[in-house]
Amino acid sequence: MMAARILRRALPVARQARSYADMVSTGPQMSFTFASPTKVFFKDASVKQVDVPTLNGVFGILPAHVPTLQVLRPGVVTIFNDDGSATKYFVSSGSITVNADSSVQLLVEEAATLDQLDVDAAKANLEQAQSEMSGISDEAGRAAAQISLEAHEAIVKALA
Amino acid sequence: MKMVAAAKYARAERALKPSRVYGAGALALYEKADIQVAEEKVNKHLIIGVSSDRGLCGAVHSNVGRAIKSQIALSSPGTEVMVINVGDKLRALLKRTHGKHILLSCKEVGRKPPSFGDASVVATEVLNLGYEFDKASVVFNRFKSVISYKTESKPLFSPETVGNAESMSVYDDIDADVLRNYQEFAMVNIIYMAMKESTTAEQSARMTAMDSASKNASEMIDKLTLTFNRTRQAVITKELIEIISGAAAL
Repeated sequence: MMAARILRRALPVARQARSYADMVSTGPQMSFTFASPTKVFFKDASVKQVDVPTLNGVFGILPAHVPTLQVLRPGVVTIFNDDGSATKYFVSSGSITVNADSSVQLLVEEAATLDQLDVDAAKANLEQAQSEMSGISDEAGRAAAQISLEAHEAIVKALA
Repeated sequence: MKMVAAAKYARAERALKPSRVYGAGALALYEKADIQVAEEKVNKHLIIGVSSDRGLCGAVHSNVGRAIKSQIALSSPGTEVMVINVGDKLRALLKRTHGKHILLSCKEVGRKPPSFGDASVVATEVLNLGYEFDKASVVFNRFKSVISYKTESKPLFSPETVGNAESMSVYDDIDADVLRNYQEFAMVNIIYMAMKESTTAEQSARMTAMDSASKNASEMIDKLTLTFNRTRQAVITKELIEIISGAAAL
């Protein structure tokens, strides 16, 4: 009788299997919208993770990321789909918003897949930008040249 | 004219689809964070009216003009309201009665489909003016279907409003620089969306207007043809009667 009671009490403990929290099923799904003015890449899609290059560094955004607003810099955006595959896009500029309900809006001015970019043309443009940089004196011109230089550097780095 | 408008409309509507997703994404933050400007604190209100230069499109321009005028009329007496016109027709509508409210006018709008570059030119000029607005709204015609559009006003917020809003405290890691950049980009996005919706609405309205004009013209032609024939027959009959009565008198 005692043995039966002990056994009964022991059984529930055995049935309790411990495991790590399963984020995807219990937490909110990410509703990911990625668009440029002329093209929509993702609309309210469910993805696992998005890596974005921002002025404050590269962010990896997962579902239930803390809400934030960031401004993008030229670089590569990597999207990890639910099935494990990853897609990369080179983006020029834009903004990313992560809201409290786990919706993410990635709005970019220009985006291209890496195979649409030509590494030789990028290297040639980079050299030209570097040589132009030394010739400009006024502040606005320098800022524009600096932006151009950074963008070309990022393209060359992405295609490397 | 209807065929030309129909072709342009088809192109505009196709381009509208991605722009709508883009615009909705841009507005998402403000809707989700539910940012509002307290009415008492509004001293400077900026209205950006989006229309175009070309006519023959029905009530498109006058709807936007009327919405702007009513916003000006409804604003409290101490508030300064300034208007930015995108489109010559709008300037013509507002110049006479609300000329002192006009801050900036943009021309050469409507000939080609609007691009993101156009929207950024407008936004750059607005920002260069340095007008420190407390509240801003973009008034435009939102395209609903081929035969209907609705005049709407979407809000734009200044970086200070967004930074001070309570719901924004949830958002992490935001400094003034990032916020200003973000706001400037959002302004371009909203103006871009307004321009895209506006052209589509305008082309569909022009299609309808040209179609009605053609139908009215055909109707008029038919009626006048009948009248012409009747008159012709009446004249011939009269001459015949004169000839016959003349011959009979002999």
